[in-house]
Amino acid sequence: MGEVYALKIRIKFRKYGVMKFIGHLDMMRYFQKCMRRAEIDIAYSEGFSPHQIMSFAAPLGVGITSDGEYVDIEVHSSQSSEESIKKLNEVMVEGVEIISYRKLGDTDKNAMSLVAAADYKLYFKDDYEAPSVNYQEVYRKFFLNPSEILITKQTKKSERTFDLKKLVYDFQIDYDRKGKPVFYLKVSTGSSDNLKPELVLESFFKSEGITINPLSVQIHRIDVYGKNETGFVSLGEMGEIIE
Amino acid sequence: MTQPALKDEILLAIDKPARYIGNEVNMIKKNPKDVAIRFAMCFPDVYEIGMSHLGIQILYDMFNQREDVYCERVYSPWPDLHAILKEKKIPLFALETQQPVKDFDFLGITIQYEMCYTNILQVLDLSLIPVKSKERTKEHPFVIGGGPCAYNPEPLADFFDMFYIGEGETVYDRLFDCYKEWKSAGKSRREFLVEASKIPGIYVPSLYEVTYKEDKTIASFTPVEKGVPEKIQKQVVMDMTGASYPKKPLVPFIKATQDRVVLEIQRGCIRGCRFCQAGMIYRPTREKDLEVLKRQAFHMLKNTGHEEISLSSLSSSDYSDLKELVTYLIDEFKGKGINISLPSLRIDAFSLDVMSKVQDVRKSSLTFAPEAGSQRLRDVINKGLTEEVILQGAKEAFLGGWQKVKLYFMLGLPTETEEDMASIGELANKIAAAYYEIPKDRRNGRCQITISTSFFVPKPFTPFQWAKMYKKEHYLSCAKVVNDSVKGQLNRKSIKYNWHEADVTVLEGILARGDRRLGKVIQRAYEKGCIFDAWSDFFDNEKWMEAFLECKIDPDFYTLRERSFDEILPWDFIDAGVTKDFLKKQYETALAGHVTLNCRVKCSGCGANKYGGGVCIENKNQVP
Repeated sequence: MGEVYALKIRIKFRKYGVMKFIGHLDMMRYFQKCMRRAEIDIAYSEGFSPHQIMSFAAPLGVGITSDGEYVDIEVHSSQSSEESIKKLNEVMVEGVEIISYRKLGDTDKNAMSLVAAADYKLYFKDDYEAPSVNYQEVYRKFFLNPSEILITKQTKKSERTFDLKKLVYDFQIDYDRKGKPVFYLKVSTGSSDNLKPELVLESFFKSEGITINPLSVQIHRIDVYGKNETGFVSLGEMGEIIE
Repeated sequence: MTQPALKDEILLAIDKPARYIGNEVNMIKKNPKDVAIRFAMCFPDVYEIGMSHLGIQILYDMFNQREDVYCERVYSPWPDLHAILKEKKIPLFALETQQPVKDFDFLGITIQYEMCYTNILQVLDLSLIPVKSKERTKEHPFVIGGGPCAYNPEPLADFFDMFYIGEGETVYDRLFDCYKEWKSAGKSRREFLVEASKIPGIYVPSLYEVTYKEDKTIASFTPVEKGVPEKIQKQVVMDMTGASYPKKPLVPFIKATQDRVVLEIQRGCIRGCRFCQAGMIYRPTREKDLEVLKRQAFHMLKNTGHEEISLSSLSSSDYSDLKELVTYLIDEFKGKGINISLPSLRIDAFSLDVMSKVQDVRKSSLTFAPEAGSQRLRDVINKGLTEEVILQGAKEAFLGGWQKVKLYFMLGLPTETEEDMASIGELANKIAAAYYEIPKDRRNGRCQITISTSFFVPKPFTPFQWAKMYKKEHYLSCAKVVNDSVKGQLNRKSIKYNWHEADVTVLEGILARGDRRLGKVIQRAYEKGCIFDAWSDFFDNEKWMEAFLECKIDPDFYTLRERSFDEILPWDFIDAGVTKDFLKKQYETALAGHVTLNCRVKCSGCGANKYGGGVCIENKNQVP
């Protein structure tokens, strides 16, 4: 049998509402079933129990919402981006919305291997108050002024010390209508040097001797980026729209 | 989007929050304000088990087709959430609207096995609905039970307002219409129950009075009011092909036990195994039309996106058009990456051929359920399988590349001797020997024979409903005989033996054939903390035994005694189709060691032909 032609497709989606309680593995299963329901002409692996060719950019933890999740698939044929988005959204549950469907080049790397950074927004949930500190001052003392921020991370077997400042590419504090702080972070993401945004927040408050309840903070991923010569590029900007 | 009933801080602190948020694919959304009846459908076990149940999928779909009904779902909260709901006094809620079950019109509970009885109390308790039906007021939902255990609902009589006896597809419409009338008339709770009791198949336990003899057996079982029927007629769907079946089954996010499309191909079983309750209560055997099944398979796969389809029936090999159906499924779907799973197939040339097409032979195992080790005992239980057939099937399978065999047996069967038990090991040895007879170059290392035994529990409406059970020690000694026998075999290294705990068997036996006096024991056990009794991690036999003691109920009364034919059994008020005379004759035939032919070969006059359909009228085998 000759080589079967396959198109690489990158799908971008939002995850919100109660869907934040669905873990990564279950999201994968969910998407596999969506592909069948939407009758996407997805490619399967060889072998006795073939599986869909599908890979996710960066697993999202339980409890986190997102405006920028990515899954790459391979298809044998495809309708237009617009039509495919429509068909996929018809089979989605509330809480998952497809916002982009683009064709990648044959030699493009998959999203998972490209991931270098991600933007997050962290804020205190409605029922919770934020600690009352002078945020601008703590921000200066904790983040702006020091040349390095050494953090000791406890893993199952050992302790590891690393420089948090090297892994935080951007850090801004804004305020919502009620005056509660909203934290915007761009952090290193991917298989090496993966930094969880909540660790930044935890260290931020720890520098003031405050321990926060992790459940009081909502983490929201805004987008995921790869990196090239010019800097970070959103995974959603790669490839092209199928007309 | 519906706000979850539980806050983030709870959902993120418990195991698998997806059990409690609803929102699954194909979940029905309605505005509760637009309906006259809100129905909470409950499977009293954990979500992953409950979501795998076909009956609920059928009724959920059927109820929601009515514009005036909104059927939602509720399952047993896992012990982690149970503790939180108790502590914070959060009422148990239904998944769809996330609203409290206590505000619904009905709470329907499917009762699939005895070991879920304390979970029923858990659901009522957490819902803040009085556990006892007599303590409920107009503010509370009507609690209705159904499923196989409803064929002896008596141990649960205190907790349910009603039971639905038989298959759910038939009279719910009448019940709902009756409810709407009652609601608009503003009558009392009891008045509705009396009206409901006149609908065929609906049993209202509070409308019956039971008296007992000095020897503790039942003296009388009578309705307390005129117009309330003495006998409850089990409900049967006679047109299986036209019966309601979900086109869009629910698809859970987390992996359920049954993570696949389930296609029910027929109901009932022609075989007549004497230990099997399903084989008796689902009579007569009714097949669904092949063309309809093909369409249903197609729709369900399309609408769920499942990657597997499984046929469901008590004995798939007996479905008349099995070959055509399986060929269709393989031709139509196999190329689309869909697995086809074929449980309950007899092992023969056809099934081996089909299985080799749909599964990886090297990884999968072959299953036989001889149920008893010796031919004598297999004749007693009317399990038609012979040793010759088993060995022939195994041999063909080994030649086809299989090397794993699973064998299922029961211990504690009526008339069982040590010889019968020991023959389990011998049969396994013969199967292994059949493998090693194959030339070495066609074998793939050692074969693996796994024997599993469970302990027999006599069930209502079976020929063994009068049989005695044994003490725990006896069951364990039976397992020891098998174990010794296995160890003494030549091929012992290829044989593995697993057996079950005996405590839970004894309790299951008590509850299966119990009467309404057991209600207080079940309640006591729940108060002592018993839940998830079907889970060996949670089952606490000591607490149960304390409950019996404190309620002054002798468990042995329900198990160790052989019942006499003239005793009034707690479930005698149900007409399940099979007559008591038939069951008596079957018991006697069993003790004489004679087999009874299957329904298709010869009608045995069980009584189910009164429904006028299914296998009873398929061909000439009608009772003259």
